[in-house]
Amino acid sequence: MPIRQVPIGSYLSIDATQLQVLIAALRGLGYRTVGPRIADGAIIYADLHSIDQLPLGYIDRQDGGLYRLEKAEEAGYFDYVVGPHSLKNYLFPPRETLLESVRENGTVRMTPPEIDPTPLAVIGVRPCDLVALAIQDKVFLGGSYVDPAYKARRENLFVVAVNCRRAAATCFCHSMDTGPDVRGGFDLALTEVDGHFVIEIGSAAGADVMVEIEWTTAPRRDVEEARAISDALKDRMRKRDQVPYSQQQGTRQRFMDTTDIRNLLVDNLEHPRWEEVAERCLACGNCTLVCPTCFCASVEDISDLTGDNVRRERAWDSCFNAEHSYMNTGTVRKTIASRYRQWLTHKLATWHDQFGTSGCVGCGRCITWCPVGIDITEEVAAIRG
Amino acid sequence: MIALLDQPPAHHPWVAHSARIVGIHSEVPNVATYDLAFDNPQVAAAYRFVPGQFNMLYLPGYGESAISISSDPSRRDLLSHTIRVAGNVTQAIAKKKVGDRIGVRGPFGSSWPVGNHAGMRGRCRGNDIVIACGGIGLAPLRPAIFHILNHRADYGRVVLLYGARTSKDLLYTSEFDAWRRGGMEVEVTVDIGDADWKGHIGVVPVLFYRLRLQPAQTTVMTCGPEIMMRFVVFEALARRIAAESIFLSLERNMSCGMGFCGHCQVGPYFVCKDGPVFDFSEVETFFNVEDL
Repeated sequence: MPIRQVPIGSYLSIDATQLQVLIAALRGLGYRTVGPRIADGAIIYADLHSIDQLPLGYIDRQDGGLYRLEKAEEAGYFDYVVGPHSLKNYLFPPRETLLESVRENGTVRMTPPEIDPTPLAVIGVRPCDLVALAIQDKVFLGGSYVDPAYKARRENLFVVAVNCRRAAATCFCHSMDTGPDVRGGFDLALTEVDGHFVIEIGSAAGADVMVEIEWTTAPRRDVEEARAISDALKDRMRKRDQVPYSQQQGTRQRFMDTTDIRNLLVDNLEHPRWEEVAERCLACGNCTLVCPTCFCASVEDISDLTGDNVRRERAWDSCFNAEHSYMNTGTVRKTIASRYRQWLTHKLATWHDQFGTSGCVGCGRCITWCPVGIDITEEVAAIRG
Repeated sequence: MIALLDQPPAHHPWVAHSARIVGIHSEVPNVATYDLAFDNPQVAAAYRFVPGQFNMLYLPGYGESAISISSDPSRRDLLSHTIRVAGNVTQAIAKKKVGDRIGVRGPFGSSWPVGNHAGMRGRCRGNDIVIACGGIGLAPLRPAIFHILNHRADYGRVVLLYGARTSKDLLYTSEFDAWRRGGMEVEVTVDIGDADWKGHIGVVPVLFYRLRLQPAQTTVMTCGPEIMMRFVVFEALARRIAAESIFLSLERNMSCGMGFCGHCQVGPYFVCKDGPVFDFSEVETFFNVEDL
């Protein structure tokens, strides 16, 4: 076994079986390892101890309001694309305690809870989700205020990314320029090539882990083949742009024209399309829950019966809830049309004003998990007219 | 929307500071002013705010409420909030007595443009100032009024246009004479008069009709119900006052104060940290869109 540090940016080849060694090595370094696993008919992120738990041989078929796992002869370990979970579930958990108050002798002691110091390694992170992570970093770390719990988790994160070999019909990362190849922000990046993996080293932490693993320097042929897989997928996705939805046959192959999209949406706040989409929208908030960048949260107090012990808990909220914009004078966004407009214009337009980037990474989750199949790409196209 | 806190606060941003209620002044029905003193002397010594900012007031078990600061920013011994009972947190605060504790997180938000003093926007020094408020909307402007009167020579003519539903809903009336003596014109109106009321009857924007303004050198600051502010802005623009010289304080569901929770967004802005005080040119695109 070679015991030498590999340089950042270099490419190595490993057998698929070495993934098991990688998982074990990360666990040996104290990481909690999380990766893709099948649960309730979907691929989610869950604790991963063994390579046998990976969804080898599965692909996901996705469309508006549809998600199905299928066995596929040719499928490798990571040929599904994205399920309902993203890194958000771990870095910005659905519910967490922000503050604990204890009342004693007439005074109240308020302390933030201890932050779990266990570092987290996530295996199988997609390019779109890595961009989503960078976007959430801007929200929680990039402004005048820093969220301490997010910061602690973020600093303890190890990312094993995966370059996509296939795209679902709902994927449009090529339009948002976020994939299908990873562009940084990872510790290790895998590409599955003919039953083995090409690994790109993205960080010193990534290089450290490779010390434990049996690897060879990737031959130029392997690196080129890995790149060719990404390039071919990108080409296939770009071909979609040439066929408007009205002329496509079969399952709609998504893309989005993002030309001047900020002004397009801000200039169309009174467009009749908002009312039309509201006729179908159930305001269920699924899109915001599966979105890897949505960050709205509500904070509530959970008290024991004496009132002496109170936890302040933050839980994911959604701009589709009436309470989201509630003030004592009433709810600001009284209609579903106004809430859908808030979600879409924030995601694609005013996010640019706030954070200098789109809030959408083209993962397509909001399309797949919408119970009525509302399609963000179709809505933008309709407003563009 | 000038950020006042360039540096994150040294302490944990979700932890409130404990403060003691040192005075409660009943103002009008359902409204009282609470004077607070921090328990920790270091917190008290370090605490600064500028006119227009708010605090998140916290009662464990009930939650937080965003409340404007209504005291004189130059007074280091006094931090006051004028609170109307509106929701469950303010109801619980209304049951508190002198000596009880309350949590304070803040201050948050942007400033009225009252001076070139620490942390404040200085766009109206030397200008005539019209302050137009409705109801409890006078509370967030009271620190600005104190500041202007403390530095009266820095400004031209200063006018307060203030209205409430009835004469019994007018805030701070006992201070009006002192404000007049300090060099401020105070015009008061009520929506509904009664036998005892000898003043104007009508809505606040109508008070503009009696003013003879010099538009090029006038700054307007307004706070009150959004419908009132809409017409104040209309009257100001009609008098050729520039949109950049009209300032308004927006209210939304401010729940965290830091731009994390997303509840207070108006178009591209987080009202909690980009506002609550905006100049009209910043919000014009979004201000008149229904249900935005």
